[in-house]
Amino acid sequence: MSKWLNPRSAFGIALIAVALLGLPFVAAMGGQAWVRILDFAILYVFLALGLNIVVGFAGLLDLGYIAFYAVGAYTWALLASPHFGLHLPIWVILPIGAGLACFAGVLLGSPTLKLRGDYLAIVTLGFGEIVRIFMNNLNAPVNITNGPQGITLIDPVAFGDFRFSGTSQLFGLSVSGPIKYYYLLVALAILVIVINLRLQHSRIGRAWQAIREDEIAAKAVGINTRNIKLLAFAMGASFGGIAGGVFAAMQGFVSPESFSLMESIMILAMVVLGGMGHIPGVILGAVLLSILPEVLRYGVGPAQMALFGKMLVDPESLRMLVFGLALVLVMRFKPAGLWPSPERKRELQEAGQ
Amino acid sequence: MDIFLQQIINGLVQGSIYALVALGYTMVYGIMGLINFAHGEVVMIGTLVTITVAGSLIKAGMPVALAGLAGVSASVLVCMALGWGLERIAYRPLRNAPRLTPLITAIGMSIVLQNLAMMIWGRNYLTFPPLLPKMDFEFAGANFTAIQVIIVLVSAATMGGLLLLVYRTKLGMAMRATAQNPAVASLMGVNINRVIAAAFVIGSALGALAGVMVGGYYEIAHYQMGFMLGLKAFTAAVLGGIGNLGGAMLGGILLGIIEALGAGYIGDLTGGFLGSHYQDIFAFIVLIVVLMFKPSGLFGEKTGDRA
Amino acid sequence: MSEVLLKAEAVAKHFGGVKALQEVSLTIRRGEIYGLIGPNGAGKTTFFNCMTGLYVPDGGGFVFDGAPLIADAPHQAAERGIARTFQNIRLFGNMTALENVMVGRHVRTKAGVLGAMFQNAATKAEEVAIRQRASDLLHYVRIEERADDLAKNLSYGDQRRLEIARALATEPKLLCLDEPAAGMNATETAELRELIEGIRRDGTTILLIEHDVKLVMGLCDRVAVLDYGALVIEDVPAVVQKDQRVIEAYLGA
Repeated sequence: MSKWLNPRSAFGIALIAVALLGLPFVAAMGGQAWVRILDFAILYVFLALGLNIVVGFAGLLDLGYIAFYAVGAYTWALLASPHFGLHLPIWVILPIGAGLACFAGVLLGSPTLKLRGDYLAIVTLGFGEIVRIFMNNLNAPVNITNGPQGITLIDPVAFGDFRFSGTSQLFGLSVSGPIKYYYLLVALAILVIVINLRLQHSRIGRAWQAIREDEIAAKAVGINTRNIKLLAFAMGASFGGIAGGVFAAMQGFVSPESFSLMESIMILAMVVLGGMGHIPGVILGAVLLSILPEVLRYGVGPAQMALFGKMLVDPESLRMLVFGLALVLVMRFKPAGLWPSPERKRELQEAGQ
Repeated sequence: MDIFLQQIINGLVQGSIYALVALGYTMVYGIMGLINFAHGEVVMIGTLVTITVAGSLIKAGMPVALAGLAGVSASVLVCMALGWGLERIAYRPLRNAPRLTPLITAIGMSIVLQNLAMMIWGRNYLTFPPLLPKMDFEFAGANFTAIQVIIVLVSAATMGGLLLLVYRTKLGMAMRATAQNPAVASLMGVNINRVIAAAFVIGSALGALAGVMVGGYYEIAHYQMGFMLGLKAFTAAVLGGIGNLGGAMLGGILLGIIEALGAGYIGDLTGGFLGSHYQDIFAFIVLIVVLMFKPSGLFGEKTGDRA
Repeated sequence: MSEVLLKAEAVAKHFGGVKALQEVSLTIRRGEIYGLIGPNGAGKTTFFNCMTGLYVPDGGGFVFDGAPLIADAPHQAAERGIARTFQNIRLFGNMTALENVMVGRHVRTKAGVLGAMFQNAATKAEEVAIRQRASDLLHYVRIEERADDLAKNLSYGDQRRLEIARALATEPKLLCLDEPAAGMNATETAELRELIEGIRRDGTTILLIEHDVKLVMGLCDRVAVLDYGALVIEDVPAVVQKDQRVIEAYLGA
């Protein structure tokens, strides 16, 4: 690998950087709602890349990923809200959230990772449901999660006196809360992209791929498959925990409803539709699946009114229908995803240098 | 003591339904190694079709018994067609794809069916038409209703019929052969496509019956009712040893009873800390525990992978 | 250092009612090429799988390099120094030949997640060393020009060689080859023979399971014959070849 970028890719990166920096201000012209949609798109990029370590790299089908996100979100909500009267700072909460999510991942993963892949899918799905049921019901007799009502008035992300909620004046610009979160999320997303990239081409990354290709052969060359899988599972869970914390802070509100099975499936779909294990593909999948439904939501209703003069199909169910069909069709016609890795081109180039 | 008996009876009834649904999962899994996530949705559609057909016939003045029969038949036929179509359109093209591919397709089909059902039947709960007279029986201090008796009897009869089909007919033999080794079975002249289609069609018919019974039992139905039911039935299949018909039946009944007892006693067990709204977690805890300690299920054979 | 590298003591394994291995005991000495032969279904591969931890024996056990082998821990077998190839080649098909061998270095290297994330000097140096060693091994088995091809696109003979290179990457004390000559023509078999002899010369003990009796008799220092899961004889090829029981086992008395 060369240490210095060639001018063309340096220019490309500069272009992307400028676009990423400017994007929220463009979106803000359409209203803060669009900045929020953007925020969520980036949050989903983060989540999807976390899950990509589990599903894409290690080949483990995790249908309960949202549970780890929920653990992170509730950790933040409980440690930084009036609910328990605690207001701990971010560098305490975020590690706790990630650590708890990681712990939950190890707890769930250690007995189940030796199972066949589809059993693992079902167990993780069940785990996701268990977590949700507990969050829904742990309001009595001791009120821990406040049940279905959820927890409100959660502290925003803050570094010292600098709070990410509300508008502030920065460099002579008036910057709204969602725009500030946008930059935080972009920074987090870049971090997780770098981690993904580095892991992929490491000793551990190769072990993951080997397990995916042939588990028996992987064992025969001395890979402790259970531990290496557990590592992927725990890492994915930790990223889920971090994302959950940021989500809780950004929303100021969490309730069990945000952590349904459908969310797990949605994130999995981002990874799979985009191109499992291929980082740009996963990013594409996450952006597409988080923005398109919003477009459908805002587009389908008015379009129907204009065409037929009445609502024929509820936009929400149409959105899900399209999503389900997309899963089926992509699996049928592009089973490697919309943007799969281009036949290992990179490896070939690397070796040629 | 009568609470115990009551919960056993409730569990047996619920378990019979799980067992019928579990058979659909286990047959398909046994033959082609696929978790047909959309099976729960087939059950749901079975319930809703019965509601529409039987309900409107009753409204049109048809005798209740006849309308019920028409409703059930319609539901079984629709579900069989649906099962056949699912296999033919969604799964068959993926027969040689990596394992994850059909599983994700199955999740996709489940979402599609759920939302189609919502478009057709709406978001609200539907009332199941009263096809049976309300009758209560009492036995040793426990109460049970006519529908409960019928559910257990019909399930038992259906399962008996299925066992006859699988162990006494040529189609059944072909199914068992395919489950053992599709390649060899096909060399022996078994039409694999037909066997797989048959597994889907038969499983869906059982699912439809289960759907009718769930509807009759709870008297309401909803487009989202299939998913959790399907998940629990799948758990039952794993509990009994997936791919094993007898195992699915016993697993279903066992799961029903575990759930009922769990829900009945969880309050006492945890000193009132957890209440009966935790009923749904038992299935998953059972699933995790079984897979941890006996991944082949209670009645399954151990299969080692070959080097 | 003791002369004995591996000692199998009354290893037994059954599948249901079938006795695949009946108390098989044998001894492999350091530096030799040891042949394990027998008719189809005699239990050769089962023995192999028990030794490499894929199966848990129902009785008996193995002592390797002075300490017992733990059953049911294939990755530990590799760590202890037992590497294997598979009868029906098992490569990581969508990884390049080079990457396949790099995976083989896993057990002798130690960079973890944190190293990968922070790319510290030790991790980088290790990565360079892994790549170098893997290239050297590809050269050793003479497929270096295929380094960047996906394993699944290699020819049959090259795949066999790649599997051997991957096994050698784990720095084995004992290299177990499960029917390496299966499906090879005469030229390829001759080349393979040369390779195996070279590996032995370089200090690795070899256990060879083979169907090709001629190859085994010509190559091995000692040979064991299995039939119906039981050891028939363990001796030098000249003796084994003349043994009446062996002839019967092969011709079907």
